[in-house]
Amino acid sequence: MVKVRRFTLTAIVIGATLASTPAYARNPFEFQTPVTPVAQETLHIHNLFLATIALMFAAGMGFLLYAVFRHRKSRGHHAALFTGPRTAAQWVLVTIPFLILVAIDYVVMGIPAYHAVLAMADTKRDATLVVKITGSQWKWRYEYPDEHLAFTSNLATPREQLAGSAPTDPDYLLEVDRPLVLPVGEKVRILLTSTDVIHSWWVPAFGVKQDAIPGFLRETWVRIESPGVYRGQCAELCGVGHAFMPIVVDAKPEPEFRKWLAAAKSDAERTAEESAGHLSLDDLVARGRKAYATSCGACHQENGRGLPGLIPPIAAGEPYTATPELTDKLAQRGFYRDGRIVLGSVDQHIDIVLGGIPGTPMPAFGPQLDDADIAAIVTYERNSFGNHTGEAVQPADVAKARRAPADRDHHAEEFR
Amino acid sequence: MSHVPALHPHTGREPRGLARWLFTTNHKDIGILYMLFGAMSFAIGGVFALLIRAQLFQPGRHVLTPELYDQVITLHGLVMVFAALMPVTAGFANYLIPMMIGAPDMALPRLNNWGFWLLPPAAVLLLFPFALEFFGIGNGPIDTGWTIYAPLSVQAGLGVDFAIFAVFLLGASSLMASINIVVTIFNLRAPGMTMMKLPLFVWSWLMTSFLLIAVFPALVAGAGMLLADRHFGTHFFSAAGGGDPVLWQHLFWFFGHPEVYILLFPTAGVMSHILPTFARKPIYGYRAQIYAYWAITVLSVIVWAHHMFTSGMPVAGQLFFMYATMAISVPLAVLFFCWLGTVWRGSLTFETPMLFALGYVTLFGIGGLTGLVLADAVADQQYHNSYFLVAHFHYALFGGPIMGMIAAGYYWLPKMTGHMYSERVGKWHFWLTLIGFNVTFMPQFFLGIAGMPRRIPDYALQFADLNMVSSIGALIVGAAQLLFLYNIVAAGRGWYAPASSRVWEAAEGLEFTLPSPPPHHSFSEQPVIS
Repeated sequence: MVKVRRFTLTAIVIGATLASTPAYARNPFEFQTPVTPVAQETLHIHNLFLATIALMFAAGMGFLLYAVFRHRKSRGHHAALFTGPRTAAQWVLVTIPFLILVAIDYVVMGIPAYHAVLAMADTKRDATLVVKITGSQWKWRYEYPDEHLAFTSNLATPREQLAGSAPTDPDYLLEVDRPLVLPVGEKVRILLTSTDVIHSWWVPAFGVKQDAIPGFLRETWVRIESPGVYRGQCAELCGVGHAFMPIVVDAKPEPEFRKWLAAAKSDAERTAEESAGHLSLDDLVARGRKAYATSCGACHQENGRGLPGLIPPIAAGEPYTATPELTDKLAQRGFYRDGRIVLGSVDQHIDIVLGGIPGTPMPAFGPQLDDADIAAIVTYERNSFGNHTGEAVQPADVAKARRAPADRDHHAEEFR
Repeated sequence: MSHVPALHPHTGREPRGLARWLFTTNHKDIGILYMLFGAMSFAIGGVFALLIRAQLFQPGRHVLTPELYDQVITLHGLVMVFAALMPVTAGFANYLIPMMIGAPDMALPRLNNWGFWLLPPAAVLLLFPFALEFFGIGNGPIDTGWTIYAPLSVQAGLGVDFAIFAVFLLGASSLMASINIVVTIFNLRAPGMTMMKLPLFVWSWLMTSFLLIAVFPALVAGAGMLLADRHFGTHFFSAAGGGDPVLWQHLFWFFGHPEVYILLFPTAGVMSHILPTFARKPIYGYRAQIYAYWAITVLSVIVWAHHMFTSGMPVAGQLFFMYATMAISVPLAVLFFCWLGTVWRGSLTFETPMLFALGYVTLFGIGGLTGLVLADAVADQQYHNSYFLVAHFHYALFGGPIMGMIAAGYYWLPKMTGHMYSERVGKWHFWLTLIGFNVTFMPQFFLGIAGMPRRIPDYALQFADLNMVSSIGALIVGAAQLLFLYNIVAAGRGWYAPASSRVWEAAEGLEFTLPSPPPHHSFSEQPVIS
């Protein structure tokens, strides 16, 4: 009776473990379908390693289970008294498993691993395109330095879905407004850095996960072998928006990629021209509302109230408590008085958005957004959340601020 | 010393009530304090774990905000490692080591008291920002993940400062406990108890102490640098001032990787007490295990950067840390071989401690083997910071130290309380924990392989099924621990049969020559080991 129950329990354990394997079409032991040489090599290594450790586990468990079922006191088994190998033959027998293990470590696993490490590190040879990826809280910026093209890629999942008040898309949390576009069949050298904290650029189908570290360049490479859309996520905890900065790569065949590149560049030029002109207050506020939601809302919140103690509010006259480091810096720039947020000068406002506030979570948006977006954001902030200045900040003002060394830069000079 | 101290052992007068526990210098009392503190923290850490699994039950935010979620995952890690596992293992060390080596007490009893009483303030510091937030100060506890990576931890709120001061206290506490244990083992062994006769639990704690003394200062130093970066204008971890964010990772993992073995060693030692007892057979490979401990100790301090393969590292560094990591598999395999050799051809019975010990060997085996896969620098690009990694280290740290500590708990509980626990409840506890654990963490291997990153409060739809299974498993594991609580209370209150001094038919060791529970002062005569 007791025995039957034990077997039933064992069956439950095995059954539950198997049941937890999903009814996926794909093999749950395999990575997402690999589309680069590195990912294929990694998958091969992964399969080899899993098979190897499964055999090792089976061997160990085999001995353990044999002993558990055969060497029981209840079966009348008497204990042997050996405490180690005694004869030369036993020593040889005992040594063999360890020799096998060393061979597994350094031959079966070690040699393919060696090749893979060298292949992974070969980022420069034959690379035809360089892409620079910059992580920021919580978005990726993609730059094609040779083509003078750069754009920012933000999460595109609607906020109602994030809040759980709308049904989710199939690509929930894995959709962006502008994907990175790469050519198929070409070796692309990828340079990574960050503007704030450490992020990690991970696309499982590429077998690539490389940290983006502020102040340093890291590199990796991909050669995508089939066209398609590949999705990944940031893989290093980077603050509250960590789950909300997906990576989408659209791999196009070479001719289509060139066509896309040309179109993207002329688009960028046209937008730049349009933005350089004079915009109405209404246009600026409308554009600013959108840009604020993508670039500022995650921290300052869509209602402009910020996060108490951490992120300052934008909303007029809101009380705000934080460490003196932050409130002092805000006060110096005219944005804080007597425990409340106040509206400072336009110049300082533009400067803060452009250059951030060093030493605080406020990042510099200058490298990420164009003049028109920054002008629109500043205009929007000065004409919403209880602020009614009626000022329309023009892209030209931002361009001027970019050229003119602001107060912040004077401080930086002194620091140097 | 003209005064006869009031606490003189021969007067039999001991303070009672609160004073006994506050001022105690008795190794058994302090051991029990450590264990109770650890058990309480285990419950708190467990609640955090259940909150995480509740949040991840389905995609779409439900239970926690992303801010709170980050705090909960961070506290789950810190509480489990520093406030639950380390104190529980230290509790067993305090309680058992003097008895096992025939010593009257720990060598430095007052230091022992101090070492323990630094822990509760550290835990309070860690959690206090919750209260501050309630009163509108700051934004809650540390939310950077238990790895506290800079520059996120430079940027984050005041919870990090509280965590830094908690680390300072924990560092002091661990160093005091470790030094005490080393001094006790080297100086207070009974006549005839040579180093090569020491019980393996004692040996394992000696290695743990060496590791703690070697590596904990790196974390404390790193925490000090972080504090300076946050408040005193230094730039250790900021490239803008000539520093390097990756420096934090080196300091953290120079501590963090040996920490795994710090948690593991005591339970590896426990195996060599439980397995021989229930196999009715002497330890297989006693010397081999000691040499394996030494090998693991030495290797564990030269492999730390395998946690940083995706941080960017030269080829030579990748190869070194990969091959050095693989080398650890050999001494670990020696331990497994010896445990199997101890069970092999024994006369086995399956009381609760034995079940948990066998569960330990199995689950920790999976943790160790998947660790071998993670050692590969390139394949690690897929595993790193994915749920594969989460599953791996829970097999290694729950399957290892937690299963091992529960086994040790059941094994020595009758010795400590003088009463048995309910075998029936104990067996239910084991099977529910084993099943629940595998249902929780086996799917996480598949989640990682499918591409789910760790530390995210919400996830893409293709991960939904497995996460739901995992959450159900976590609920089973959590509920099963209530059975453990029942058994601890049952033994403590004496609801079941009294325990003999030997407790288990084939138990060996000096602690089993004493009555159960052992008297306040263990040995009235110094034992001599032949």
